[in-house]
Amino acid sequence: MNFGFTQEQQILRSEVRKYLEERCPMEDARRIMESAEGYCPERWKEIAELGWLGLLVPESYGGAGLGWVDLVVLLEETGRALFPSPLLGTVLATLAIVENGSPEQQQRYLPRIAEGTDLFSVAWLERADVLDPEVQATRAVREGDDLVLDGEKLFVTDAVSASHFIVSCRESEGPEGIALAVVPADAAGVTVTNLPSIDASKRLGKVSLAGVRVPADATLQGASGRPAGAAALGRLFDHAAAAITAEMVGAAEGAHAMVVEYAKARRQFGSLIGRFQGVKHPLAEMYVDIESFKSLLYYAAWCLDEAPDEAAEHVSMAKAYASDAFTRIGIDAVELHGAIGYTWEYDAQLYLKRSKWAKAMFGSADHHYERVAELGVV
Amino acid sequence: MDFNLTPEEEAFRGDVRSFLDEHLPPESDRGGMFPLRWAKVVREKRWVGFSWPRDVGGGGATVMQQAILKEELSQRAAPPLGTCIMGLAWVGPAIIQHGTEEQKRQFIPDILDSKYQWCTGYSEPAVGSDLAALQCRGVRDGDHYVVTGQKIWTSLAEWAKWMILLVRTEVGREPKHEGITCLLVPMDSPGLTVKPIRDLAGHSFFAEVFFDGVRVPVENRLGEEGKGWQITLGALANERSGIAEVAGLRRRLDRLRELARVRTLDGRPALEDARVRRRLAEFHTRISAMRFNGLRFLTRQVKGESVGSETSINKLHAARLEQQLAEFGIELQGSYGALTGGSDEAVAGGHWQKQALGWGTTVIGGGTPNVQKNIIAERILGLPHD
Ligand SMILES: Cc1cc2nc3c(=O)[nH]c(=O)nc-3n(C[C@H](O)[C@H](O)[C@H](O)COP(=O)(O)OP(=O)(O)OC[C@H]3O[C@@H](n4cnc5c(N)ncnc54)[C@H](O)[C@@H]3O)c2cc1C
Repeated sequence: MNFGFTQEQQILRSEVRKYLEERCPMEDARRIMESAEGYCPERWKEIAELGWLGLLVPESYGGAGLGWVDLVVLLEETGRALFPSPLLGTVLATLAIVENGSPEQQQRYLPRIAEGTDLFSVAWLERADVLDPEVQATRAVREGDDLVLDGEKLFVTDAVSASHFIVSCRESEGPEGIALAVVPADAAGVTVTNLPSIDASKRLGKVSLAGVRVPADATLQGASGRPAGAAALGRLFDHAAAAITAEMVGAAEGAHAMVVEYAKARRQFGSLIGRFQGVKHPLAEMYVDIESFKSLLYYAAWCLDEAPDEAAEHVSMAKAYASDAFTRIGIDAVELHGAIGYTWEYDAQLYLKRSKWAKAMFGSADHHYERVAELGVV
Repeated sequence: MDFNLTPEEEAFRGDVRSFLDEHLPPESDRGGMFPLRWAKVVREKRWVGFSWPRDVGGGGATVMQQAILKEELSQRAAPPLGTCIMGLAWVGPAIIQHGTEEQKRQFIPDILDSKYQWCTGYSEPAVGSDLAALQCRGVRDGDHYVVTGQKIWTSLAEWAKWMILLVRTEVGREPKHEGITCLLVPMDSPGLTVKPIRDLAGHSFFAEVFFDGVRVPVENRLGEEGKGWQITLGALANERSGIAEVAGLRRRLDRLRELARVRTLDGRPALEDARVRRRLAEFHTRISAMRFNGLRFLTRQVKGESVGSETSINKLHAARLEQQLAEFGIELQGSYGALTGGSDEAVAGGHWQKQALGWGTTVIGGGTPNVQKNIIAERILGLPHD
């Protein structure tokens, strides 16, 4: 039994952290957040060279062929740095293609993802905001060798910078009738609009599809030739929830570390404020919560690779716990600083905004606790 | 990460399981001669004092074996491995680590056989959380220490044959914990009196203990004079993940779910109510977090790293869960929640009401939640002492 990281994973962590400290300290992150693109092409190239973008891509397609636990290490660090980049879409598209793509499709898409040439994003949620993967208003109709897509996707991460979308849509009745179609962002009939996000480091957008024509072999089909189906989309949803929870671990630790440091430096009433229990006890509670949702997440990540049947319940536990706890941590991180924390220039606000973005995305605490009730309790 | 056991550990777990299949009947069949038989077989198996070295009669188990055994036992709601509660929990380990050969010979076999109870004389009327400020005096007089003062909240004092006692042998010493000495004191010593205290549930598990010139032979000192404080700080490579508590909490949650299944709220099954489902899911999640926290601690212990203050994480979870599970048990009963055991109308014979009044040992006895938070804030986060 070993519920810890390997030496290689620890090295990966320190390399990622070092890169982000040197190449994307908070001043840079802020500049990138405020830029039109919302990410930095130069750094995107660098992290492609460092192998981050191909982390999950099998070696035969030009990646490192690593797994979920390695991904956790990477995402904890990008979360801690609030690194603004379309990495999430890359991760989710990779998982979707690795799990559902035919060998030919993997060969077509994965090397370019790993190189950083193509920027993928997953487009699945819609106006009705129903998280059930079977509920898709976007339609795909077969016309000859083509598939014609009509619909509208919301909350698409990094939509404006994406070169390709993996679009979930209904092709026929039943759970098997859900397809995942790869759509180039510049295809005729695709309109992408930026939707201002509460967290500027996490861009969101709307993707409208009006009679968009893609070849039928652009829908992900496993080696068996069967369409991906609702189960694959459901699993992708678990990947997404776990991925942002991994970033929440790092971000919550970042916020927590800021307050701890401040509590050791700021004096009031003739004493360091860290001596007041109204300050130190919330900090202890935050630590308890972070360690706890971290433990849940680590196990969930392991399940995603090694014990898929247990994954949904454990991802939901981690996301639910993290959503509530990080909400509190984000607020306390500002409040415990006093007025300085309430300023634009001070970084505490950035974590607060991340906590609000993360609690809303990929299932609220209520949503995930209901799944835990269903899968683990009742 | 790897959650598999090694072949040896797997074999050990298999051994534990088949042993339990053979020797541990279902809970309803554990009356009659069972407790005596159980005590005998687990002793022969060296599960009593499982972590203690074999040369003193313990099991010499690795941290991993301890964790496996604890988990298997608590999953089956097995009875304790011995009735000498404090002897097995900390007096024995303290004697093994700090005692003389003579003391080990005198006490360890009796503890392993649960021949009698030990009690713990730490808290005093004026000192609890700030234990290092204790005042009960021990004055050296030839071959004896003469003890004068008072202890309080001493669990099992009425039944115990021996007490592990902390006294101040040097007054005015700074830091104050350096003037403290540990003594092993027979409870029938002349000048020692026990006065039971009734707790809020009406039981008298703890007591006041008065010392009026009690003479304790110097050979009953544990460790050196002035070094008593270290003895309280824990001993041996004990498995400290808290995983054993998880199975107990899970059982309570199972029972709570069964309660939600049979109770109705406004005429509908409680288990269909979204708030009820969410609360149960939150409990399940926090208990799971304790388990995975515990596995992370265990991994570190197996690698030979020390795990200390981090255990406060699970202590805080356990304290809150014990209270909240019981409170929710009462909430699910509507007006029936106000009834305690004693009538046919009470739900589950007043089980949840009893639980809701029965968390003193976990929540207060082992250091209060506030003290646990101080431990985390000061020792892990490095914030200033208050
Ligand atoms: C069921 C039970 C069994 C027990 N058995 C034993 C036993 O066998 N032997 C034994 O020696 N003792 C025993 N105790 C005593 C127990 O160890 C003490 O009660 C405990 O250490 C707290 O001390 P206190 O009761 O004096 O409370 P105090 O220390 O006076 O604390 C009172 C309140 O102040 C808070 N507080 C204290 N210091 C701080 C601080 N620095 N920061 C924030 N808050 C603080 C506490 O959290 C608490 O809420 C038992 C207690 C109980 C309830």
